[in-house]
Amino acid sequence: MRNYERYIRYRTFPTPWCPGCGDGIILKAIATAFAELNIDPDDIVVVAGIGCSGRMPTYFNTNTLHTTHGRALTFATGIKLARPDKTVVVISGDGDALAIGGNHLIHAARRNIGIKMILINNGVYGMTGGQVSPLTPQKFFTETTPYGNIEPKFDVVNLLMASGVSFVARETVNRMLQLKNVIKQSFQHNGFSVVEAISNCHINLGRKNKMKSPLTMTKWIDSKTITKKKFEELPPDERKGKYPVGILKQDTERLEYTDLYYKYIVPAAQAAASRGGK
Amino acid sequence: MKTKQVLQGNIIVAKAALAAGCNFFAGYPITPSSEIAQYMSREMPKMGRQFIQMEDEIASLGACIGASLSGKKVMTATSGPGFSLMQEHLGMAVMAEIPLVIVDVMRGGPSTGMPTKPSQADLMQARWGTHGDHPIIALYPAFAKEIFCETVRAFNLSEKFWNPVILLLDEVLGKAHENIEIPEPEELDIYKAEKTVIKDLNIYDRSIGENPPRVDFFQGYPIHIDGLEHDAHGWPTTDSKIVDKMQRLRMQKIYHYQDEIIKYNEYYMDDAEVMLFSFGVSARSSLAAVQLARENGIKAGLFQTLTIWPFPERALRERFKRIKKILTVELNMGQMKYEIERIADDSINKESLNRANGVPFTPKEVLEAIEELLK
Repeated sequence: MRNYERYIRYRTFPTPWCPGCGDGIILKAIATAFAELNIDPDDIVVVAGIGCSGRMPTYFNTNTLHTTHGRALTFATGIKLARPDKTVVVISGDGDALAIGGNHLIHAARRNIGIKMILINNGVYGMTGGQVSPLTPQKFFTETTPYGNIEPKFDVVNLLMASGVSFVARETVNRMLQLKNVIKQSFQHNGFSVVEAISNCHINLGRKNKMKSPLTMTKWIDSKTITKKKFEELPPDERKGKYPVGILKQDTERLEYTDLYYKYIVPAAQAAASRGGK
Repeated sequence: MKTKQVLQGNIIVAKAALAAGCNFFAGYPITPSSEIAQYMSREMPKMGRQFIQMEDEIASLGACIGASLSGKKVMTATSGPGFSLMQEHLGMAVMAEIPLVIVDVMRGGPSTGMPTKPSQADLMQARWGTHGDHPIIALYPAFAKEIFCETVRAFNLSEKFWNPVILLLDEVLGKAHENIEIPEPEELDIYKAEKTVIKDLNIYDRSIGENPPRVDFFQGYPIHIDGLEHDAHGWPTTDSKIVDKMQRLRMQKIYHYQDEIIKYNEYYMDDAEVMLFSFGVSARSSLAAVQLARENGIKAGLFQTLTIWPFPERALRERFKRIKKILTVELNMGQMKYEIERIADDSINKESLNRANGVPFTPKEVLEAIEELLK
């Protein structure tokens, strides 16, 4: 048995994902990160919402919680505040995290609560059959944009930066090793962390946009992404349409929410109680 | 020595929750329930317990479920609009069988309605608000002492039956300050759930009518919890035989034990010829009306239910054998009157007093309705 397999619940296989889907790569990257950090499976809880990403927790041999659409972060917030000593991981898709769950995402970033989020961005609602998402590129065809998508997409990283996120990284399923490494680093970060993992949905997005095989779609992802270092070397007018990958922000100064709660709120309240305050 | 205190209804709820062992609260401000969250934000950190104000009511109940699964005794408090938002996660809690307490301090609706006026119009929302067939427990106190005791009981029932419990409260009772003798901790009957040590994932494995065991995260054996229909292991399934069993298990765990869950008070019922059926603030008007009626020589009685759901069907059917005149008194456009109509046959004269204009009934108004019924 390889190290990461300790974190896989094989008895629940097969997965519901289509052949060639990037979600399996992300599953393995997360399990490998657990293994390299040697975290006890019972000290981990993996929480997810609804969608293809939502089904991922079932396959981890850790505590797992499959919740409602877009709300995984709210459950995770309750768990983390109740048990700050545990590793709380949220897996979310782009529709899940940025449409129905957009509010929870920006508030988790604002609070800086120590939840580790893996945001799988495949640019479409896959589980429901390929409808437009807040991360579908403009002009793309989907089941609900039969004449092309007129809405611009969110830049997840910039949105999170504006919300005060303390750790954010972007990687793709084409770079499994780098993906595993940033996930591992995000697990070691004390605060809210997001790893945007760009994945391929050749079945429900690619097929309608001249990229019907996993290979053409992953090549397209490669053409759009560039390492952070190379991105920064590009002249500003050439940056448009390119997305830097790697760790894009890591703020180790900012205190984590539950640390603040137990180090500041609880003692302050207890001091007030001993002074005989109401 | 016990002393009488003057406390607001909302504060009585908060104090009772802390006495019952509530150690996690997530909420969102909403009139007329906000005092509960405020009190919790002040008192819970003193006890090393956790309070968090979330970004909305959906998030509040989500956080409560997460904390409950982490071994906490959890509560949230809201009012109609927030309760509407919570229905999504109420369903999740029912499906995954998660103990928690939701306080709904009811205000005038629908929509934003009348935030500062009472109504008893969330009774059916408490029963059927979340989608799909589901079991639910809803308690409804009317007097200060009952507010305390029913809050404690809400925690006990949720822990015992692994189900969300809704505590309904009237806006006027949440806001009013009343005399109360808070029971001493040793007087309280607090249910302690047996923690089950599991060796396998079959956490939902039990027979119909059997009380579920309590299993949380981080107990030494990683478990799976799902909002999808699931088998005894918690794995998602659409197998019709398994789904049928799971549906029946969830319903039966409440209805099998309904005699233990259902509580009611009876006033002047021994020789009553006309019975008032009421709850919450309307039960208080009704009790005063019954006393006025008695002064006028009318043999009226009051059946005040403390458990709205499951509905006190058996007890009422028993009363209907003798009493043939029933008046339902409720501050809504007609909700419980249909439950009465469902269980009372044509031999019974059923009337109801309904309105939803934000003004509780006066005893005199209820008395007039009694006199009308007797004409």
